[in-house]
Order: sequence, then C-alpha cells, then structure tokens
Amino acid sequence: MNLLVCLKQILDPEVPIRDFRIDAEKLEAEQGSANLVTNIFCENALETALQLRDRCDGEITALCFGPEPAEEVLRKALALKVDHAYLVENPGISQYGSSGAAMVLAAAIEKLPEFDLIVLGREAGDWGEGQTAGLLAERLGMPSVSFVDQIEPIEGGVRLRRQTDFGSEQLTAQLPIVASITNSDTNLPRIPKTRDIMLAHRKPLTTWSLEEIGLDEQSVRAAASATEVISLNAPEKTAACEFVAGDSSDERINDFAERVFKIIESL
Amino acid sequence: MPNVISCLLPGVDFDRAVEGLLGEADRVAKQLGLRHVAVTCSSSDVIQQYAASHSDRVVSVQSHDDLDYQPESCLAMLDAACAALEPRVVLLGQDTYSQELAPRLGYRLGGSSIGDAQQIDADGDRIRVHRSVYGGKATAVVQANVEPVVIWLRARAFSPEPERPNAAPVETEHFDLDGSGNANFQATQIVQRQHESAAGVRLEDAQAIVSGGRGLGGPEPFDELRKLAAVIGAELGASRAACDSGWVAPGLQVGQTGKKVAPELYLAVGISGASQHLMGIADAKVVAAINTDAEAPIFRHCQFGLVDDYRNVIGPLTERLVDLKSTSNE
Ligand SMILES: Cc1cc2nc3c(=O)[nH]c(=O)nc-3n(C[C@H](O)[C@H](O)[C@H](O)COP(=O)(O)OP(=O)(O)OC[C@H]3O[C@@H](n4cnc5c(N)ncnc54)[C@H](O)[C@@H]3O)c2cc1C
Repeated sequence: MNLLVCLKQILDPEVPIRDFRIDAEKLEAEQGSANLVTNIFCENALETALQLRDRCDGEITALCFGPEPAEEVLRKALALKVDHAYLVENPGISQYGSSGAAMVLAAAIEKLPEFDLIVLGREAGDWGEGQTAGLLAERLGMPSVSFVDQIEPIEGGVRLRRQTDFGSEQLTAQLPIVASITNSDTNLPRIPKTRDIMLAHRKPLTTWSLEEIGLDEQSVRAAASATEVISLNAPEKTAACEFVAGDSSDERINDFAERVFKIIESL
Repeated sequence: MPNVISCLLPGVDFDRAVEGLLGEADRVAKQLGLRHVAVTCSSSDVIQQYAASHSDRVVSVQSHDDLDYQPESCLAMLDAACAALEPRVVLLGQDTYSQELAPRLGYRLGGSSIGDAQQIDADGDRIRVHRSVYGGKATAVVQANVEPVVIWLRARAFSPEPERPNAAPVETEHFDLDGSGNANFQATQIVQRQHESAAGVRLEDAQAIVSGGRGLGGPEPFDELRKLAAVIGAELGASRAACDSGWVAPGLQVGQTGKKVAPELYLAVGISGASQHLMGIADAKVVAAINTDAEAPIFRHCQFGLVDDYRNVIGPLTERLVDLKSTSNE
C-alpha cells in the first residue's frame, strides 16, 4: 500500500494564554518565544500511517507545504522512518485559507506516484479550519472520510473506524481514499530515537518550489483568499476565582461541598 | 433569485442546534433580502415539521434507499439539491456529518467554506463569520470572498426564531443515485454504528459535569469521579490528555475538538485549563476546579477552586455531598 501523510508546521498551540500575542498587521499570532511544532493531529495521522505500514507492505511519503523552517517536521517524520519526504516551499502565502493549501498539496500529489491512502490531521492547532482533507479529496476526485482514528487493511481496501457525535462508526473503503485523522489512545504519536533523529538529517528530502509543481504564487494566493481573515482579536477572558476558605482541609472541603450543593440543589 | 439554504443531514436529532441553524438561516435571509429554503435529508418528522414552520420552502431530499447517511451519496444529493436553488449562503450544523461534508460541498458548488461559526454578519457586501482560532486564544472575523459560502455553525451559538404562522410548502425530490454513474458512491460504506452511553444524558445536554484530566494519573481515579458524579447527578467528562491515555472513552473529551458543553456546573479535577479545553466549556455557567497547582490556568477561568491533591478531596467531598443531600431531603 502506498501511503501519503500531509504534515503542517504550526506555532506551539500549548503556549499559555498569558504569553499569546497578536501581530495586528499580519493578522496572525506573533511567534514570540514559542516553538514551531508539527500539528498534533498530523502526528496522529503519521502514527496511523506507520501502524498501517507495519501491517501491510508499503511505503510512506510525507508531504508538507510550508516555509523553509517546516523542513523540521519532515526531518522528524524521517526520524520516524517515513520513506520519502517532500517540502513545497511557501513563499509567504497566508496560512489561512485551506483552499490554497489543498491546491498545492493536490498539485504535488499529482507529480508523485499514485497513492492508495492519503491521511491528514482533522484540523490544525492554529486556524483550526478542518477543511484541507475534504478540499484535497475534491481536487483529487477521491472519496473521503473524517475523524478516523483507526485504519486496517482488508481484502480490496481498508476498514476505518471513526468517531462520531454518538460514538463510533466502522466503514469499509475501496482505495484510493482520503482520511482525516483524529486523536485516540490507539494513535498516540511515537517518539523518535535520538539516533534516528541524527540519521534523519542525512536522509534525502526533496524541496519543490510552486513552479516546480506547475503552480505559481499568484494562483495559490487567489485560491487561498477565497476566505480571508479581516480582523483578529485576543481578548483575555478571566474569571475571578475564589479559593475556598478554611484553616483545615476539612473546612475547605466543606466549603467546596456547600458551593457545589447550592448549584446542584437548584437544578 | 439566489437563496439562503439550511441543510439538515440524516441522523441528526432535533435539538437546540437544529433550532439555531434554522433561526440563523432565517435571519441571514432577512438581512440579505433573500428567501430561506430548508433542504432536509432527515427522516425525522419533528425536524421536517420544524423546518416547514421556520423557512419559506422545504426541499426534502430522498434517495430510493433509506436515508441512512453515507458520505459520498449524501454529498452528491446535497450538491444537486443546493445547486438547483442558486445558493448564496448554505448553512449546516456542527454534527459529524455536516462537518465532514461542508468543505466538499463548498468546493462542488464552486464556492468557499468556513467552519465553526459563532456569529454571522450578513449586513455588508460580503458574508463575514466570527470564529475562534488558535485554540480559543483569539477570535477572527473571516470574510468569504467567493460565494456561495458553505458555513457550519457551532451548536448553541445561535438562537431560534419564532414559528411562522403558515407552514412552508414541502417538496420532495427523489435522487436516483445508481443511475448517475459516479463510481465513488460505492467507494465508502458505513457498515456499523456504535452508540456509546445510550443510557446517560448527552454531555452537551448535561446540567452538571465532573471532568478529570491527566492529574488523575490513571483510569482508577475515574471510578471515584464517577461516584462523585452519581451523587450530584452529573455526567462524566475528561480532558484530551485523559482520553489519549485510554483512561476513558474518546467520546468523553471536552474541548475544541471534543464536546462543547454548557452545564450549570463544570467541575474540573486535575485539569490544567489549556485554552483548547476551555473552548469546550465557554458556555458553562459555573466552573469549579480542584488542582494541586494554584498557578494552573484553570483557576483563572473558574468561579471557585480548591488547591489540593484530588486524592485528599474526592472521597470526603463525595461523603459531604451525600450528607448535604440527605439533610435537605429531611
Ligand atoms: C488542535 C488541538 C486541539 C485540542 N483539543 C483539545 C480538546 O478538545 N480537549 C482537551 O482537553 N484538550 C485539547 N487539546 C490539548 C490541550 O492543549 C491540553 O494538552 C490538554 O487539555 C491537557 O490536558 P490536562 O489538563 O488533563 O493535562 P495537563 O495539562 O497535564 O494538566 C494536568 C493538571 O493536573 C494537575 N494535577 C496533577 N496532579 C494532581 C493531583 N494529584 N491532584 C489534583 N491535580 C493534579 C496539574 O497541576 C495540572 O494542572 C488540544 C490541543 C490541540 C493542539
């Protein structure tokens, strides 16, 4: 099975609220001292692909559309033993607008050998649009399924488990297919070994410009601007927490219990 | 003339989200001076009737097989039904299926798509959507530069509109999917649905929730939380960290990418209060927390708190609540 995983680099989504600042001009978050990381759901997607590869022969290609530093997410994927890595360099097009990203990913995919299964994270921790997988499927003319957390090979295709509002669903799918991946206890990202991280830096990694995949900056900008951020605000909403009073643990627990009870009683 | 369309997908229960969806479609249509057409793929009579009394026209979409949701066929039907209605704005709900199809529908209609809307401004030249970004740390206003725009709405963020005096006409459209020659229809098949916690109240509807996080350190302490929850008639929730660890089912996850809840009381135990978690409890009336770390962000987002190890607290707290309950019953 030939697998493709799309990876996105984002600003560490776990920066505490108090350290979060907005660049009012660029209409995006300031990097400040925050790290750039692989989007967590992309890591879940990669883990899902790695587990699938363990169960059936095949190769994994990792593909990223991002600025130069995004090479790091591909190096990390190489450390986790993906077979091929491709970076399409973003010359500074807004990260908002999944339709731009989907256009680029689709063009890159068409340059590569055919894939049976394409996995992406369900959404990214920065803009959280959750649209790239669906848009990519449309561009490639493939079916797609969202919120998948397990994939296993079956005769003639794959069986997918996905999370729903009410629980879960099992699907059978012919290939090729696009799946967006969500987190569960079955696809916790594995950690690369230090030695493999070192080795990954010597593995081949292909960088393409937009022109090399048959696109140009203008057309990608146009696609990306189908939806556009026109304002961005970070109002700090805080509540004044009252710590329960009392000299002893018992007294504090009593106070806490009474407050809880007062609310419960009125329901 | 173009229309504003609300889409109700199969398998969706009638609830506040459905009311809000039809209400918002009505308001957007009014602002734009357009008609509101409800496209329903639902076998629920309640939803059909509600749609008819809250829109200008209902198009009930059916295929010859029953109305079980299947991604590819449902998308094809929605696309055909919407395209015939000259859509300017298409609104969907927050349910799994709507989220899954929204971007694809936008693409097929030659337009754009925006998810997780909390407010829609339709009074200018362009449609604008307010939504949370950066894990709830910021709010963006996003403009749709290409129409039609397909938007899925956050449940509970939109209010209903009053019923109309006259029910709208309902037209039924049958789609013969097999005849279309689209090979993708059979490509995916939902073969099994598993309902979790069919017995309890949905987390989204719960009046009280006791929620546990990584601080609980394992699955066993969740049994203690369950006991506490049972005493006060609360449902059990969890942070992503607890779900990822496999301590509780993934369906219990509360937050940006979990359930968005609105209880009168949300009690967070061993949860740090990451912005993505807080996003799920923004509509909670009262948030209370138990955490060893007085500096944990959750304490900046709750009404009352207790700085202590959950191990010292949950047992005595549960007993105390049992006492309070029994004395008040006397
Ligand atoms: C795109 C994206 C989406 C996400 N979606 C969600 C989501 O939907 N829901 C969600 O929850 N998270 C989500 N997250 C993850 C989120 O950022 C946090 O990582 C997660 O919420 C942390 O869970 P936690 O609070 O249980 O764990 P931690 O942050 O590790 O906090 C554990 C807390 O327990 C306390 N503690 C430790 N021991 C004890 C003790 N003995 N007694 C009492 N307290 C103790 C600690 O002081 C600490 O505050 C998302 C992240 C991303 C990037």
